[in-house]
Amino acid sequence: MRDWADLLLLLVAVSNLYIVATSRLTSCVRASAIQGATLALLPFVLWSSGWNVQMFHLALICAGTLMIKAIVIPMLVFRAIREANVRREVDPSVSLHSSVLLAGVAAGISFWMARVLVLPHPAPTTLLVPVAFATVLTGFLVLVSRRQAITHVIGYLMIENGVFIFGQMLAREVPWAVELGILLDLLVGIFVMGIAINHISREFDHIDTELLSTLKD
Amino acid sequence: MMLVFLVTVPAILGLVSLFVKNVRFALTVLLSASALHSLVVVLLWTATWSAEPCWLLQLDVIGLLFLTITSALFLAASLYSIPYLLGDTHGERAAPHRFVPCLLWFLSCMTLVALTQHLALMWAAVEGTTLASAPLVYFYKRKSALEAAWKYLLICSVGIALALLGTFFLGIAATASSPASPGLSLSALMAAAPSMARPWLKAAFVLALVGYGTKMGLVPLHTWLPDTHSQAPSPVSALLSGALLNCAFLAIMRFYQVCLASGDAAFARTLLVTMGIISIAVACAFMVRQRDYKRLFAYSSIENMGIVAVGVGLGGAATYGAMFHAVNHSLCKAGLFFLSGNILREFGTTKVSDVRGLVRRLPVTGVLLTILFLAIGGTPPFGPFWSEFMIFQTAINTHVWLGVTFITLLAIAFLGMAGVLLPMLQGNAASPAQRPREATLSVLTPLALASLVLGLGIYLPRFLTDLLRQAAGMLGG
Repeated sequence: MRDWADLLLLLVAVSNLYIVATSRLTSCVRASAIQGATLALLPFVLWSSGWNVQMFHLALICAGTLMIKAIVIPMLVFRAIREANVRREVDPSVSLHSSVLLAGVAAGISFWMARVLVLPHPAPTTLLVPVAFATVLTGFLVLVSRRQAITHVIGYLMIENGVFIFGQMLAREVPWAVELGILLDLLVGIFVMGIAINHISREFDHIDTELLSTLKD
Repeated sequence: MMLVFLVTVPAILGLVSLFVKNVRFALTVLLSASALHSLVVVLLWTATWSAEPCWLLQLDVIGLLFLTITSALFLAASLYSIPYLLGDTHGERAAPHRFVPCLLWFLSCMTLVALTQHLALMWAAVEGTTLASAPLVYFYKRKSALEAAWKYLLICSVGIALALLGTFFLGIAATASSPASPGLSLSALMAAAPSMARPWLKAAFVLALVGYGTKMGLVPLHTWLPDTHSQAPSPVSALLSGALLNCAFLAIMRFYQVCLASGDAAFARTLLVTMGIISIAVACAFMVRQRDYKRLFAYSSIENMGIVAVGVGLGGAATYGAMFHAVNHSLCKAGLFFLSGNILREFGTTKVSDVRGLVRRLPVTGVLLTILFLAIGGTPPFGPFWSEFMIFQTAINTHVWLGVTFITLLAIAFLGMAGVLLPMLQGNAASPAQRPREATLSVLTPLALASLVLGLGIYLPRFLTDLLRQAAGMLGG
């Protein structure tokens, strides 16, 4: 099962790079949906063998993650794109080439961090911690280097995904109700953000957040 | 049972009020929910049986302190909302039907933050407060309100995502003692703290401070706060400032408790004092010559949260001062934001330069504004004077330069606020067309808060000092 887990984590890392590299907004959303689906499989692959966890807990988390991260949230984002009549291209403030380069640097930093912060007990697979850090850092990169509100939402999702991967180390300690609560927060968050994007596009005729800067001292 | 009741009832009533179209009826729901909430909180104070732990909910002294602040402010805000919502000064685009449900969910989430000691559940609750209050910020549906709501939603959500990472880091740190992790409940983490892996513990505290610090408004993560607090409707601003910032502070304190239990809290103290002093300094810089009075109050919140962080970071008697100051600040700031609503209604602007002759046009509001300004500025005999004095005393005993910096910054803040507010109060306004409109409830609630602040400065009842002392004791005071 460890090989499968490594494979899934690699897939997450590749989707990170893809989100950073693509110039099409819809591909971005698709890639983040694939990332969500990959994450839904991760707890199952990691914990269904070897550890004696309640299958109910595991199945619930996997199903919940799959539903919310791979289906409902991408649908909400797609709807926001459609209704807000967004330009279908990513609008980066840093060129795509440099973005990919920076994402590579972020991955390097993540591996370094995972080496420096020694785990008290070894992780189920050595890729888990670096990929989690890399996903968080790449999420930040997307957040600060893109101008559209939709891409900010995707950056936020990536950060949450990274935290989710890291959380797998404690999957057995967090009660399932709490884990579902965290998922629900994410869902409602994206829902509210979608509504906000819709309003922004109506008020400002576009969703570049650069023009959202009238409030200052 | 009572604890579950306290969290779920507002949430359910919020759902019910979602389907209520009549504003008056929705306000009745709001008022009964807040009255019920306060009643149960009083019960928690008096009867021990009612505070029995249930599921993941458990009440401790710090939780009770912050729960009481939240409940009292919410009751005041609901009373203030009555004239606020029924008045016809909102314009067509405002969304009063969204107001009550979101406010009740907001209450439910804040209550959950105070009541739970499971760190992951607490995280979910803090994130819930953001989601419930974001639509409230967008109440007026203006462009500027939209901008504020978007910044609030995104910056706080991203910030708090880091706090979740910090929570998991803490769980990892706790696995050092035994292969079976103790989980993420506070008591288990504190028991495991002495043998925790130090790098993970420190990283966890830093992430929590950054994450929840975003929500608490600590500089440099405060950028959303002045926008949000100035654009939200006044009763919401009062709750955001008086209750929500405290909830975020409570979340940081849970991590601090674990650091204290590990016997290795020096780094956490240094971080708290540094962030606190920077927050006070930056807030002061923006308060001087501020052109928007709601932003002025928002920056004053940042300043006061900085004071609280410094107090806890200093430890000793200052911890008691910090707890007391959190109470004082909540009461003062809620009152000030209520008053800002009255001013906004009368003058139709938040620009300082357009508001003149306040004492003549709105006599009660003007006088109360003066009183609450003196209180939050730290003049005797009001409560904040004593709490700030306690923190100052500890600061100057620890390092003379720290105490001097602290008191200088407080003086600048006071003068800055005076420079902005005094011209608003004085002057001869263009004669008002009609009799000044000051609805009874919209001046009665700030009056009640002001008299509470005055009361706390003159006489601290025994049960409150006991609670504050116990809370400070849990935070190393």
